[in-house]
Amino acid sequence: MSPSQEIEKLAEREYEHGFVTAIESDTVAPGLDEATVRLISEKKGEPEWLLDWRLRAYRRWTEMREEDARWAKVAFPPIDYQAISYYSAPKPKKQLESMDEVDPEVRATFEKLGIPLQEQKMLSGVAVDAVFDSVSVATTFREKLAEKGILFCPFSEAVKDHPELVRKYLGSVVPYSDNFFATLNSAVFTDGSFVYVPPGVRCPMELSTYFRINEANTGQFERTLIVADEGSYVSYLEGCTAPMRDENQLHAAVVELVALEGAQIKYSTVQNWYPGDKQGKGWIYNFVTKRGACRGRRSKISWTQVETGSAITWKYPSCILQGEESVGEFYSVAVTNNRQQADTGTKMVHIGKNTSSTIVSKGISAGHGQQTYRGLVEVNRKATGARNFSQCDSLLIGDRCGAHTFPYIESRNASAKIEHEATTSRLADDQLFYCRQRGIDTEDAVALLVNGFCKEVFRELPMEFAVEASKLLEVTLEGAVG
Amino acid sequence: MSAAAEALARAFAPAAEGEPAWLAERRLEGLRLFEAAGLPHTKLEDWRFTSLDALESLELEPAPEAAPVDSGLADAVRAEVGPALCALFVDGREREIPAGEAEGISLEPLTRAAGNDALGLQGRLGALADPKRRSLTALNAALFAGGASLEIAADARPERPIHLVWLQSDGAHAAHPRFAIRAGAGSRACVIEHYVSGPGARGLCNPVTEIELEPGARLDHVVVQDQSGDVFQLGALAARGERDSELRTTSVALGGRLGRWDVYGTLAGEGARLELNGLYLARARQLLDHHTTIDHAAPRTTSEESFKGILDGRGHGVFHGRIHVRPDAQQIEAAQTHRSLLLSDQARINAKPQLEIYADDVRCSHGATVGQLDVDQLFYLRARGLTLARARALLTFGFAREICERIPLAPLREALERRVLNWLPAGDDA
Repeated sequence: MSPSQEIEKLAEREYEHGFVTAIESDTVAPGLDEATVRLISEKKGEPEWLLDWRLRAYRRWTEMREEDARWAKVAFPPIDYQAISYYSAPKPKKQLESMDEVDPEVRATFEKLGIPLQEQKMLSGVAVDAVFDSVSVATTFREKLAEKGILFCPFSEAVKDHPELVRKYLGSVVPYSDNFFATLNSAVFTDGSFVYVPPGVRCPMELSTYFRINEANTGQFERTLIVADEGSYVSYLEGCTAPMRDENQLHAAVVELVALEGAQIKYSTVQNWYPGDKQGKGWIYNFVTKRGACRGRRSKISWTQVETGSAITWKYPSCILQGEESVGEFYSVAVTNNRQQADTGTKMVHIGKNTSSTIVSKGISAGHGQQTYRGLVEVNRKATGARNFSQCDSLLIGDRCGAHTFPYIESRNASAKIEHEATTSRLADDQLFYCRQRGIDTEDAVALLVNGFCKEVFRELPMEFAVEASKLLEVTLEGAVG
Repeated sequence: MSAAAEALARAFAPAAEGEPAWLAERRLEGLRLFEAAGLPHTKLEDWRFTSLDALESLELEPAPEAAPVDSGLADAVRAEVGPALCALFVDGREREIPAGEAEGISLEPLTRAAGNDALGLQGRLGALADPKRRSLTALNAALFAGGASLEIAADARPERPIHLVWLQSDGAHAAHPRFAIRAGAGSRACVIEHYVSGPGARGLCNPVTEIELEPGARLDHVVVQDQSGDVFQLGALAARGERDSELRTTSVALGGRLGRWDVYGTLAGEGARLELNGLYLARARQLLDHHTTIDHAAPRTTSEESFKGILDGRGHGVFHGRIHVRPDAQQIEAAQTHRSLLLSDQARINAKPQLEIYADDVRCSHGATVGQLDVDQLFYLRARGLTLARARALLTFGFAREICERIPLAPLREALERRVLNWLPAGDDA
C-alpha cells in the first residue's frame, strides 16, 4: 500500500469504540443556576458544608469569563453552558452486592471496550471502580483493600462515609476558584473516585477506573481525590473511551493528589475519547485540571499520560513540590490526528529545598493535528538546590500539521539548575528506509519508530497500561507516514 | 492612557519643514496607534515580567534640538571600535555624518533621505517595523527626529565598518532614534550601533532599526547597549533577508535601568540565513529583557540563535525566543539556545523559548538552561591555587566570552571583553 493510501486509510478509520448503550437514565434538564447546584447536591444527599462549597464555586464561576481561559493554542466555537445537562445517572435498580448484579447492558458495554471486569478481577488483580457516566455502578476488590485500610470508593460514598478526610483535602490542591473549568467542576461535579492510603501501606494492586461518557449532551464533571499518607505508595490508572456522538461534549475534570511525608503516588492516564470524525463532528472537549501536592519530605508524584483522543485536550498535570527533597515527574505521549488539537504540558513548582523534577514530553502530530507543549518550571527563592530536566520532542507526520513548544522557565534561586531541551523533526526517511530494506513493511516500520520515539514514556506506564498504550498508538498512527 | 504615555504623545508636533507629505501622514498614523494602545503593560503576555511603571515617575520631556554632549564619551566609544566610518547622533538627531560615497555607502539623516524618491523610503519605512504590532514602534514612527538612512550599494565591500553612536543627552529626555539600513545585492558590510549616555541621563531611549538585505547581501551587525544606570532603553530591530542573504546580529546589553529589545527577523528568500547572538549582564535592580521572533517564511532557510545572560545582585533577566516555521517552508534548520547564569540568590530569570512549527521537513531545536557555576570546575581551579573569587570570575568570563567571540571586529571584541571583566563581581581581583 502506498503511503498516501495509508494516510487515507488512517484518515477514514472510524472510531472503534463508537457505540451507544441504551440504558434508562435519570437526567436533569439542561441549564445551570443555583437551583441546579442545589439539586445535584440534594440528589447526592450531600452534607451542608459541601453544598456551601459548591455554591461558593458557582458564585465565583459566574464572575469568571471563559475568554480568560482561552490563552491556550486551541480554537473551538463558544460553548453554551446553559445547554448542558449537569446531572445524569443510571437509574438505581437496587443495591448491588456483587459483580453479577451489575446491569448486564453495562457489563456488555465494558466487554465491547475490552474491559471485562470479571476477567480483570480474576486475572490481572486490578480493582476496577467503573464510573459509568457520573455515578459509580460497580466497585470491586473493596474488601481486599479494606483489609489494608485503603479506601477506594466513589467520591459520593467518601463524602458520606469519610467526611472528615474529604473535607480536609477537597480543594486543598485545586481551590474552587482555580480556573474557569475547575471552578465549574467544583460547582457541579457529580462523582469520581476517592482514594486514601493509610500511613506505611503499600497498595497491593494498581487501582483503576474507567470513565465513559454515555449520555448525549451531558458534560462529565469528575472529581478525583487521592491522598497518600506518610510513607505509603499507590499507583492509580485512569483510562477513558467514549461512544460516538454528534453533539459536542464537554469534559471538565479535576484531579487532586496529596502526598505526605515519604509517600509516593503514581498516576497514569490513557485517554482515548472520541476525537470527532473527519468533518470535526462529535467532538469531545477535554478541559482537565490535574494537580498534585508533594506536601511532605521526600514525597513523590509521578504523572504519566498517553493522550490520543478528544478534539481538544487542555490539560496540565502539575506538581507542587513543597516538601524538602520531594520529586515531581511528568511523562507524556500525545497524539493529534485529523483536526485534533492538544495543548498540554505540566507545571513544576519548586518550593522546598533540594526538590527535583523531570519532564519528558513526546508529541506526535499527523494530518491537520495541532499540538502544543506548554510547561512551567518555577523555582522559588527558597528552593535551594532545585533541579529540573525537561525534554520535549515533537514528531511531525505530514505537512499540514503543527507542533509547538512553549516552555516557561522562571528561576529565583541561584543554586537551581534547570535544563530544557526541545526538538522538532519529522520521522526520518533514512530510518524508514533502513527498516524497509530489511524487509519490514512501512506500517510496521512506522510503528517501530514511533514506539521507539515514545519509549521513554511507555516504560513509565504500569504493565496493564503499556499494552493498551502501544495498541492505541498503533491504531492512531499506523501507516500514517510514507 | 497613562500620564507617561500622555506626556510622550504631547511631544508630537506637525511634520518639520521639508518633510514629505507621506511622512507627515505616517507620523500621524503612528500617533493614533500609540494613543489607542498606550504604553505596554504587564497584562500583555509579551510584557508579563517587564513593568514600565517606573517610567511613570519620570517627567519625560522631548529632547532639546541641540543638547550639549560630552565629547569625551563619544570619543571613548569611537576608540573602542577603531578606524571606522563613524557617525554621531544625539537624541536621535544627526550631529556628525562622514561621507562614504567612495566606498559605496550612502549615510544621511533619514528625514532628508525620505524626500529622495529614488530611495523609495515611502514604501520601506515601517514595512518591517510594523507600528501596528508594537505601540512603542508606533511612538517612534510618530516622533523620531533626524534618524539615519544607510544605503549599501550592490556589490559594495566597504573596508571600514560603519559605526553609529547614538548618544542620549543628560536629563529626563525621551528620544526615538530611527535607523533604516538597506544592504544591496551581493554587498558585504559591517554596521555597529552603540547606544550610550552619560551619568546624567535618566530618560527614555526608544530606538527602531530596520534592516533589509537584498539577495546575496551579507551584513555583520553589532548592537551595544551601554546606557547609564537610569535610562530606559526600549528598542526594536526588524530585519528581512532575501534569497541567499546572511545577517549576523550580535547584541551586548550592559547598561540601563531597564533594557528591552524586540527582534523580528524574517527569512523571506530561499537560502537566507540569520544568526542572532546576545549577551546580557544585569545586576543591582536592572532588568534586561530580550524578545526575539524568527519567522521562517521561505524554504531552505537557516537560523541560529544563541543568547546568554549573567545575573547578579537583584538583576532580572527575561528571554523570550520564538521560532516560527510557516506552512510549506520546508527544509528548515533552526537552532536556539538560551543559557543563563544566576550569581546571586536575589537574581531572577524568566525564560520562554518557543517553537511554532507548521511544516514537517524541519530540524528545529531549542535548549534553555538556568544554573550556577559548576562546582567541579570551581574545585579544579581552586586546587590549582586560584582563590574562589578568581575562579568564579574566570568561569563567568568564559561563559560570557563565547558570545563576545562572535563579534567580527577585533578591537571592539577586546574592548567588550574588558567591559565584561570589569563588570564581574570579582573582576578587579581577577
